[in-house]
Amino acid sequence: MSFRILGATIVRILRQLLHDPRTIAMLIVVPALLLTLVYFMYDDQPAVFDRIALVMLGVFPFVIMFLVTSIAMLRERTTGTLERLLTTPLGKLDLLFGYGVAFGLAAAVQASVAAGLAYWLFDLDTAGSTWLVILIAVINAVLGVALGLFCSAFARTEFQAVQFMPVVAVPQILLCGLFVSREQMAGWLEAISNVLPLSYAVEALQQVGANTDPTATLWRDIAVVSGCVVVALVLAAATLRRRTA
Amino acid sequence: MTSAIEVQDLIVERGKRRVLHGLTCTIPRGSVTGLLGPSGSGKTTLMRAIVGVQVVASGSITVLGEPAGSAPLRSKVGYLTQAPSVYADLTVRENARYFASLYGYDAATADRAIADVGLAKASRQLVATLSGGQRSRASLACAIMGEPELLVLDEPTVGQDPVLRDELWKQFHDLAGKGATILVSSHVMDEAGRCERLLLIREGALIADDTPSAVRERAGTDDLDEAFLRLIRAQVAA
Repeated sequence: MSFRILGATIVRILRQLLHDPRTIAMLIVVPALLLTLVYFMYDDQPAVFDRIALVMLGVFPFVIMFLVTSIAMLRERTTGTLERLLTTPLGKLDLLFGYGVAFGLAAAVQASVAAGLAYWLFDLDTAGSTWLVILIAVINAVLGVALGLFCSAFARTEFQAVQFMPVVAVPQILLCGLFVSREQMAGWLEAISNVLPLSYAVEALQQVGANTDPTATLWRDIAVVSGCVVVALVLAAATLRRRTA
Repeated sequence: MTSAIEVQDLIVERGKRRVLHGLTCTIPRGSVTGLLGPSGSGKTTLMRAIVGVQVVASGSITVLGEPAGSAPLRSKVGYLTQAPSVYADLTVRENARYFASLYGYDAATADRAIADVGLAKASRQLVATLSGGQRSRASLACAIMGEPELLVLDEPTVGQDPVLRDELWKQFHDLAGKGATILVSSHVMDEAGRCERLLLIREGALIADDTPSAVRERAGTDDLDEAFLRLIRAQVAA
């Protein structure tokens, strides 16, 4: 790995994003619109809004960055740029970390705007700090990037790539404790939810919602999600082959 | 050392099909070597094997004294894929500067490569808005920059206007004059005469490995197109 190449790759990916203002607008506006929708849905139940909005702030960057990354990486594979990159001094980790950092930064902007709106306009109430919410959102986004990099290896076309979203994201969202609290699930469902990273991300958010100061559970959850990021990146690196048939 | 590339008994299979059947050849340093043959003959597969992105079934390839695709070669070898492989959502200059930075070259080197392929005026244009010919030149700029020791170019002149094609060939010879080794594939026979050596390949087997004049002599005709045809017929008859 080289910091020069990693830096150049981050700048290149961000430039690609900057040339696509519609995508940037959607990255920022869509979460804000959906939060607005939820706000008015639970107009007279601020406690319910607090619960749902907090989880949305964390889950949204995960889903969006998973999709964006799967497509971006699939494009690298299908347009031949990946093959070309692998004949240059670029290392696999330069590329993978490049995507992680670049889209992580994009997610930080997205999460900050969404959190700003939720806290100041919609009076979202959490016992803990807004910054922790944004931190968890960014880690979730990087998890989405890492899983997207990995899953893109199993898609030949964009049609296939987008369908990994329901496969990877929806079960995690259903089982993360947002709809049914995890303790109330059937044992086998709880067991599944115990091995899904998003369960820990959502628990971390709920810890911020309920406690003024960061708890041990919060730090453990953040560590678990970060560990999953590392595992997904290692798996993604294993799918990047310099030589192909 | 006089040879830049040594290919020994190379066998490549793609899917269930055998694409290269035990191919052996050497490519001298500081030369422009043309790799010619009809489409589907295995040109691209051989080039991919030389730059180290092709899974090979057996055989060996030594490039600049190292096994093909090994890490020390990655800063010495420039590779142009047949389909333009540049980022359509970046400008020509952003593409060139990104690839320059991977090799550790500065922005001026990238800009010079853009000028060398005749794209200086379009350097601020998004690649997606370029014509097909311009797009492949943008891709070429990213391969030739910094004067690599070995340039592997898969059909670099397809779809380019004759004046520009002429200029590109002059550049290839300039680079070779400075010691670079250039392997250019083409299926256009009129380009074969511009090479110092020719590799004629058909259905994954080498049918000639010689200078253009020797190929003409062996086939008994001055027309390389006709020479290629005669060599194939002679091989089929044998």
